[in-house]
Amino acid sequence: MILAFDLFEPYGFQFFQHGIIVATIAGALCGLLGVFVVLRGMSYIGHGLSHAVFGGAAASAVIGINFFIGAGIWGIISGVLIARVARRRVLGADAAIGVVTTASFALGLALMNRYGQASKSIEAVLFGSVLGVKVADIVAVSLVAVFALAVIVVWYRKLLFSTFDPDVAQVSGVNVSVVEVVLLSLLSLTILVTMRVIGTLLISALLVIPAAAARMTTNSFSKLLWISPLIGAVTCFVGMNLSYHLDTSASATIILLDALVFIVVYTVAGTRNRMKMASLGHV
Amino acid sequence: MSTESLINCEHVSCTYGNAAVLDDVYMQVNRGEFVGVVGPSGSGKTTLLKAILGTHPVAHGSITMQPKLTLGYVPQVETVDWYFPVTVEEVIVMTRSKGTWWPRITQAERKAVRDVLDRLGIGEVANRHIRELSGGQQQRVFLARAMFRNPDILIMDEPTSGVDVRTRHEVLHLLADLHADGLTILLTTHDLNGLAAHLPRLVCLNKRVIADGNPREVLTPSVLEATYGAPMEVLEHGGMPLVVDHGRVQMRGEGK
Repeated sequence: MILAFDLFEPYGFQFFQHGIIVATIAGALCGLLGVFVVLRGMSYIGHGLSHAVFGGAAASAVIGINFFIGAGIWGIISGVLIARVARRRVLGADAAIGVVTTASFALGLALMNRYGQASKSIEAVLFGSVLGVKVADIVAVSLVAVFALAVIVVWYRKLLFSTFDPDVAQVSGVNVSVVEVVLLSLLSLTILVTMRVIGTLLISALLVIPAAAARMTTNSFSKLLWISPLIGAVTCFVGMNLSYHLDTSASATIILLDALVFIVVYTVAGTRNRMKMASLGHV
Repeated sequence: MSTESLINCEHVSCTYGNAAVLDDVYMQVNRGEFVGVVGPSGSGKTTLLKAILGTHPVAHGSITMQPKLTLGYVPQVETVDWYFPVTVEEVIVMTRSKGTWWPRITQAERKAVRDVLDRLGIGEVANRHIRELSGGQQQRVFLARAMFRNPDILIMDEPTSGVDVRTRHEVLHLLADLHADGLTILLTTHDLNGLAAHLPRLVCLNKRVIADGNPREVLTPSVLEATYGAPMEVLEHGGMPLVVDHGRVQMRGEGK
């Protein structure tokens, strides 16, 4: 049994304090952007972009430039390339993501093998690590979160319109291409500032699961935009604490907790719908 | 009727890759007109609308519109994601995306939404999710969204596609009322008897304009065969042309 004293034990370590702050903000941020990822049917894009950013991270390490600048620019370019290739309908978004991001990921692996301290660095980037989280990471994730929130508030209607009905949005004066590029850039930045804790392999789950679970709880777009970040933030916070006490990987624990929330919501929503249908049958 | 031209298509050609979808199309839509574009699948009806809306490039020719023309576009309801988490009110207000950064629906917008819904006879559905509506209500909601922009011209792609007879009647009467109020309407349809025959002007299209005029002039066997590539008979019923498709299939065992 864990005593109350034990519950607060990890907070005595600075790495954990930094890690839990970054993870909680990252959970809210991924939950917020995940709403658009899920509603636009772009779940695979989070997976793809995280791999692409890995290539940028490796390249910036080799060239010796700042991680955030190098990998950030790389991620944004990858996002724009995906959007451009996907617009050629003969290929489609899935093929575009497959080509752009796997090539970037392979380049990252090759660069790290050739020039880096391969195995340890690769493992940290792929699976995430709370040990290396610094104050700069907290600042970076906070800035991206504030920026993303500002964009979503100011562009709320444009984002909603272009997500729901891009053709009519375009006709009604919304520049759908610009909205798409901004959204993909925000996704790239989000992945960039959260990958150190969650890791590139599992970040896509954080973009998809909270939003997918939230989607089953409401039919309102505006409510989705706070329920999904709430699920993301709470699961990251609880997951970080659990991972310390269970001595498991933080990212794996967070994603498993998200999956558990999804299963519970899915089951409850399914039961509720069946009861609703049954009551209609008795009318 | 006014002859003020709102949309003027001159020698318009459009392609998908190397395949020509529209070839040397000439069509003019004047203020106050109610025009239906008919033709078989793949005849270029939707491409013509997309070219007018500016979402499909024109390879040759030109489309000129009256300056500051406001278009109200109603897509095929079959393309709508009915599971998307939005209410009727949100669907309508999203057309006011330009020039505002305030995300919440204002009281003035709420009243304007109610007014347009009342005008279309569905004032009670404002706060309902779009999936909870009947076919006729769904069509009206997207019509309301287009009307919310106070358009000079309403452009509709297959407004009666996939709807039942009752809904088709509702849509037809609604459009007739809007036209009577002075709205210019341009639509595409497959439905020759249920919709096209009731319109004041029809354009028969099959990559190029085959005929343009009122239904009595256009719905003739020769024009229809040239448009659809199949023989059709035209009868008269209640003072209106009635198109009979001769593509009857002999079923196994029939006539024994």
